[in-house]
Amino acid sequence: MPPLLDVRNLEVRFFTRDGVVHAVNGVSFRLHEGETLGIVGESGSGKSVTMLSILRLIPQPPGRITKGEVLFQGVDLLKLDEADIRRIRGSKIAMVFQDPMTSLNPVLTIGRQITEVLETHLNMSPREARQRAIELLRMVGIPNAEERLSDYPHQFSGGMRQRVMIAMALACHPQILIADEPTTALDVTIQAQIIDLVKRLRDELGMAIIWITHDLGVVAGLAHRVAVMYAGYIVEEAPVLELYHNPRHPYTLGLLGSLPRLDRRERRRLVSIDGMPPDLLELPRGCPFAPRCPYAIDRCWEENPRLEEIAPQHRIACWVDVTTGRPR
Amino acid sequence: MSRNGQVLLRVENLVKWFPITRGIIFTRTIGYVHAVDGVTFEIRRGETLGLVGESGCGKSTVGRTILQLYRPTRGHVYFDGIDLTQLKGSELRRMRRRMQIIFQDPYASLNPRMTVGQIIAEPLEIHGIARGKEARERVEELLRLVGLNPIFADRYPHEFSGGQRQRIGIARALALQPDFIVCDEPISALDVSIQAQIVNLLQELQERFHLTYLFIAHDLAMVRHISDRVAVMYLGKIVELADRIELYENPLHPYTQALLSAVPVPDPAVEARRQRIILRGEVPSPVNPPSGCRFHPRCPIAQEICKRVEPEWREVRPNHWVACHLAE
Ligand SMILES: Nc1ncnc2c1ncn2[C@@H]1O[C@H](COP(=O)(O)OP(=O)(O)OP(=O)(O)O)[C@@H](O)[C@H]1O
Ligand SMILES: Nc1ncnc2c1ncn2[C@@H]1O[C@H](COP(=O)(O)OP(=O)(O)OP(=O)(O)O)[C@@H](O)[C@H]1O
Ligand code: SF4
Ligand code: SF4
Ligand SMILES: [Mg+2]
Ligand SMILES: [Mg+2]
Repeated sequence: MPPLLDVRNLEVRFFTRDGVVHAVNGVSFRLHEGETLGIVGESGSGKSVTMLSILRLIPQPPGRITKGEVLFQGVDLLKLDEADIRRIRGSKIAMVFQDPMTSLNPVLTIGRQITEVLETHLNMSPREARQRAIELLRMVGIPNAEERLSDYPHQFSGGMRQRVMIAMALACHPQILIADEPTTALDVTIQAQIIDLVKRLRDELGMAIIWITHDLGVVAGLAHRVAVMYAGYIVEEAPVLELYHNPRHPYTLGLLGSLPRLDRRERRRLVSIDGMPPDLLELPRGCPFAPRCPYAIDRCWEENPRLEEIAPQHRIACWVDVTTGRPR
Repeated sequence: MSRNGQVLLRVENLVKWFPITRGIIFTRTIGYVHAVDGVTFEIRRGETLGLVGESGCGKSTVGRTILQLYRPTRGHVYFDGIDLTQLKGSELRRMRRRMQIIFQDPYASLNPRMTVGQIIAEPLEIHGIARGKEARERVEELLRLVGLNPIFADRYPHEFSGGQRQRIGIARALALQPDFIVCDEPISALDVSIQAQIVNLLQELQERFHLTYLFIAHDLAMVRHISDRVAVMYLGKIVELADRIELYENPLHPYTQALLSAVPVPDPAVEARRQRIILRGEVPSPVNPPSGCRFHPRCPIAQEICKRVEPEWREVRPNHWVACHLAE
C-alpha cells in the first residue's frame, strides 16, 4: 500500500539577521493509514518546523522550504496553490498545538469557534453545526457540553482547552492528526485523560496520527513507530519496541540512559549526555552529534552519515555499530 | 542518604493562605486561597525529601514558607531546633544563610544586568563574608565546582544555555555553604539530556557537602530517583509520605495510586501491560476546597464519610503516613 503521507528530503531554512538557521536538514519519513508515528527530540531539534512545513504554516519570510516533497495521497502539498492547501488544512490534515490559548480566539465563544470550522469546511447550516459542536464536545469528555458552548476560552482549564482543540481538529474527520506536544503543559493525570481519549478516538475513527513530544514515555505507550530528531535530522527511526529495546544510535541510547524509570527500584547514576546541541547557524561538517558522542571515530568529524536501513524498518544515521563500538 | 540522621527541619501544621482582595482604594478581603492547609513533616540531616503533586497544589508555597520568604498564616518551622516563624530581622537573616533555594526558571531567576561573577558574589557581600579579590576567588571556585569554566565570571546570563544557567543558580545557592536547599523544580525547564547532568551534579554536591534537600518536582520518576522519602500533595495537603521504595511499590492513598499509574514509562512492553486509573474531573479550586477529604469528588472509592469527615494523618505502618479513611 502506498503511504498516506510521504515526506521526502525536506529542508527548511530561516534567513535571519544573525544568519541562516538550518532548522530541518533533509528529513524523510512515511506515515501509513491508521498508523501512529511518534517524533521525539529535544528543544530546537526541528520537530515543530517539520510539521508546520508539511502544512505550509511556517512564517515566510524569514522561513523558506528550500528542498523536498510532501506527498499526501500522491499529491505534493508544497506545489499546491494557497486555496487548495487551505482546503486540506483542518479538513484532511488537522493539527493540535502545545498551547491551546495561541490557537483559540480569546474573544469568541468556544461554540462559535467550533461551528465556524463546521460551517466553512463542511458547509453545515448554523443549526446543524451547533448540534454537531455539542456532539464533539461530548465526545472529548466535556461535561454540560450544551451550556459550555457559550463560554469563552479563559473560562476553561488547560486540560479542557486541549480537549476543545482536539474536538475542533476532529470536526471534519481528518485522515491525519498532527499533535505537537499537546500534553506537555498539562499535569500527568490530565495528560493520561487526554491520551486515553486520543487512543479511543483513533480506534473509533481510524485516523493516522503524528505525535510530537520530548517525553519518551508518552510515545512508548502510544506510537507504532518512532523517529528521533537531532539538530534538524532524523537520526533513528524504528518500530516502537525495536527503538526502545534495541536502540542503535548513540543519541537515542543517551536519551534512554538519561531517564530514571518509575518502575525500577534500584538507583543507578543517570548517564548524562555531555555538552549541548549544536548551533543551527553553523552546523558542523561531520555528524552533528560528534561533539557529544562517546562513540565518535575520526570519520564522524569529516562526514555526516546518512539515514540508512540497518535492519528491516530500522534506520539510523551513524557510522558506528554501537553493539561493537566499531565502524559499521 | 542517612536514614537515621537527626532531624534538621520539622514543619508543624503549616498553613499559608493568600488573601483575595477586591477594590482599589478600599480593598477588602473576599476570601482566601488555601495554598497550604496544615502540613506536618520532618527532614533529616543529609537526606532528600521529594515533594510531588500537580500544578497549584502548594509545593512552592511550602518551600517558600519554610524559608520564611512567605510568613506562614499558622504553624511552625523548626530548623535545627529553632522556630523560624518567631525570628525577625538580623536573627532571621543569620539563619537564612544556612538555607537556600534553587528555582525552576533559570532564565527569570538571574538578574540579566549582572555578570555571572556578580550574581554569585552577591550573597557573599550581603552577608559580609567576602569581597573584592577574595570574593572573586570564591566565585571561581564555585564555578569550577558546578562544572563551569571560571572565565565565565565576566559574562552575562543571556550568553548561557538553560542548563548552564541552572548551574549558575546552583553556584549562587552554594556560595554561603548552606545546610539545606529547597530545589523548586530545578530541572523542569531543561531538556531531557541536560536534566540528567543537573541531577547528577546535585547528588554529587549533596554527598560532598552533606547537604539536605527538599526536592520539589512533578516528574515522579525523577523524584523517585533522587529522593530518600517522598511526600505527595493534593490541594494544600500532604496526603501520603513514605520511603521512596515503599511509596512507589505500595501506595496507599487513592490519589497517589492514580498519580503513579498516570506516569508513562519509557518502555513499550511495560506500557502495553499497564492499567491506568483515569481520574474523573480536575483539581478543584483551592479557594473553596471540598469538605471532608479534599479528594472525595474525584476519588474512585469514596464513601459517605469522606464527604463529611476529614481523614486523619496517620502512620499506617512504620514510616508510612497517609490521610485516607480507607487506607490500612
Ligand atoms: N520563525 C523563526 N525564525 C527563526 N528561527 C526559527 C523560527 N522558527 C523556528 N526557528 C528555529 O528552527 C529550529 C527548529 O525549531 P522547532 O520549533 O522546529 O524545534 P522543536 O523541535 O519543535 O523544539 P521544541 O521542543 O522547543 O518545540 C530552532 O533552532 C528554532 O530556533
Ligand atoms: N503569592 C501568591 N499570591 C496569591 N496566591 C498564590 C501566591 N502564590 C501561590 N498562590 C496560589 O496558591 C496555590 C498554590 O501555589 P503554588 O505555587 O504553591 O503551587 P505549586 O504546587 O508550586 O504549583 P506548580 O507545580 O504549578 O509550580 C495556587 O492556587 C496559587 O495560585
Ligand atoms: S556518526 Fe559518529 S559521532 Fe555521529 S552518532 Fe555515530 S558514532 Fe557518534
Ligand atoms: S478519605 Fe475517602 S475520598 Fe479521601 S482518598 Fe480516602 S477513600 Fe478517597
Ligand atoms: Mg516545537
Ligand atoms: Mg511551583
